[in-house]
Amino acid sequence: MTARIFISRDSTALALGADATARAIEAEARKRGMDVTIVRNGSRGMFWLEPLVEIDAPAGRIGFGPIKASDVPALFDAGFERGNVHGLRVGPIEMIPYFERQERLTFARVGVTDPVSVDDYRAHGGYRGLDNALAMGGEDIVKAVTESGLRGRGGAAFPAGIKWKTVLGTQSQQKYIVCNADEGDSGTFSDRMLMEGDPLCLVEGMTIAGLAVGATQGYIYLRSEYPHAHRALSEAIASAYEAGYLGPSIKGTSKRFDLEVRLGAGAYICGEETSLLDSLEGKRGQVRFKPPLPAIKGLFGQPTVINNVITLASVPIILDRGAEFYKDYGVGRSRGTLPLQLAGNLKHTGLVEKAFGVTLRELLYDYGGGSYSGRPIRAVQVGGPLGAYLPESQFDTVVDYEAFAQVGAMLGHGGIVAFDDTVDMLEQARYAMEFCSIESCGKCTPCRIGSTRGVEVLDRIRAGIERDKNIVVLKDLFETMRFGSLCAMGGLTPDPVRSALQYFPEDFEVRA
Amino acid sequence: MPPKAAMPRQPIAPNLPDDVAARVRQVIDERRHLPGALLPVLHAVQDALGYVPDDAVPLIAHELNLSRAEVHGVVSFYHHFRTHAPGRHVVRICRAEACQALGARALEAHAKKTLGIDFHETTNDGAITLEAVYCLGNCGCGPSVLVDPDELHARVTPEQFDALVGTLREVAK
Repeated sequence: MTARIFISRDSTALALGADATARAIEAEARKRGMDVTIVRNGSRGMFWLEPLVEIDAPAGRIGFGPIKASDVPALFDAGFERGNVHGLRVGPIEMIPYFERQERLTFARVGVTDPVSVDDYRAHGGYRGLDNALAMGGEDIVKAVTESGLRGRGGAAFPAGIKWKTVLGTQSQQKYIVCNADEGDSGTFSDRMLMEGDPLCLVEGMTIAGLAVGATQGYIYLRSEYPHAHRALSEAIASAYEAGYLGPSIKGTSKRFDLEVRLGAGAYICGEETSLLDSLEGKRGQVRFKPPLPAIKGLFGQPTVINNVITLASVPIILDRGAEFYKDYGVGRSRGTLPLQLAGNLKHTGLVEKAFGVTLRELLYDYGGGSYSGRPIRAVQVGGPLGAYLPESQFDTVVDYEAFAQVGAMLGHGGIVAFDDTVDMLEQARYAMEFCSIESCGKCTPCRIGSTRGVEVLDRIRAGIERDKNIVVLKDLFETMRFGSLCAMGGLTPDPVRSALQYFPEDFEVRA
Repeated sequence: MPPKAAMPRQPIAPNLPDDVAARVRQVIDERRHLPGALLPVLHAVQDALGYVPDDAVPLIAHELNLSRAEVHGVVSFYHHFRTHAPGRHVVRICRAEACQALGARALEAHAKKTLGIDFHETTNDGAITLEAVYCLGNCGCGPSVLVDPDELHARVTPEQFDALVGTLREVAK
């Protein structure tokens, strides 16, 4: 029998040398006359082990990592293809504590299957949700999604079922499903990992959404910074068409759904849903006034479901296992699981899918293993560039949308970026304003001009020019931006600045 | 009133070389049927030419039945589109927070100093264009650098950056 060897095609694995490792394994196997099949899977989300090499063994998948190309001959010498002991052997992957303690629902197949094979997808529970959905009416599908308690995973946490219900109830010849795959928040990569590791799950989720609301066309708006996700999605969509899961007759029924990937062009604001719609229409990505809601007048003026990648990719399991199953996970009004992303200065960075309710401290130390540099963790930014910076005293905050809101922070898309004690929080505050000035769509003044003034005020504080007066000006600017901006970009940019000032005031003092 | 003399017909994009114009027309023809075709067209033009020349804007506008202002507005809105030919390799350094936490600020300063250029500039030998990028999704293993369309590098130290640039200069020859 051919030995199956798994090496990831995930961007981070590739950045750490996975292609070279794969080539070395292929060459070494050929040299030794061994018959191996290399499967390029997604990543398990344990980046300190990448490039991770896994093999099928009687006891399950055995991992070795990190394996550089130069380690490959020694690995073969040790008989690794049969799972024998070797210095870089990490054992059965699913028993690594980092992995074992997770609750992988949306990411169940990521790192396990061949991402672009419909057969492999089906063999691991894929398309069971769609099978069920095909036998249901739109109303029942929407009801299941509503009852599951699924809230938008892009950051705003709006109940998905309510959006869908609005689109279902709006009459139109043409409706659209749009996937927001413009994952621009620094510290987030769960969308990318899912699109590279299990893109068919997103395809299935969008197809179900189409059936639910009566939409026949879907678009995935993908950021151009994700070339590997683009490749994986394109291959997966082609496989789905070939297998009859997309197109004019889904699985031989009279239901139609077509799907296309569109590339963004490096504009953070296009992650805001109305900017994204304008961008998809071929325009500058400028924020629209709401109302009308996209659910009523969205893409090309038609009723549109617009959801984040993880939201849509959570739908198949809800339709497969039922709303109750999904709802059983989580706490309070935050139901289900959230794929959290450990990033920045942490030893064990990667993806941790957990039911809501885990604390920040557990994530940073039990999973993250503390800082990468070995220095104390001083600040953590959660929820991307618009999220607050939290100090050690807030690390016991529970991962729950409402708990984060209570401490003036935001869970957002679940990105957690750790900084050690070398961080200069005034610099971070300045960067938050600078980023907003670079990425503002320019439609409203508080965001466009406010952020520019914010950079200037912070520069004056740094230079010790009328420090106290400028702090007053800065705080006033927070109010202007927060209450005067058209969307969350200008409205939330004060949050990282305000929290830096609140929790790390010493960094804003005049330097001696 | 005397009849107006017919104005001589002006070429749509007079400064665009014929072969380039033909290329742009072909790219547009393949995509004009798409709803909201402008972004896909601009991507394809940049993929084909390395940039979106200012001189191509009137042609794109004419073919897609848009105004020049609309096309220019879109080209200038998005960071991804450039209006000047890049060097033989484009090196993008991530400036975002997760990479900052691992030394991206120092890497950025080092890159600008050793290459002797700022962002959006090209080295004198035409080998390297330096650009900023805001997140490549490699936030667990920064600082991140993207070379050309899809060659991603993780945990890039200043020394590794120099080695990478050295290799690119070799390849460029």
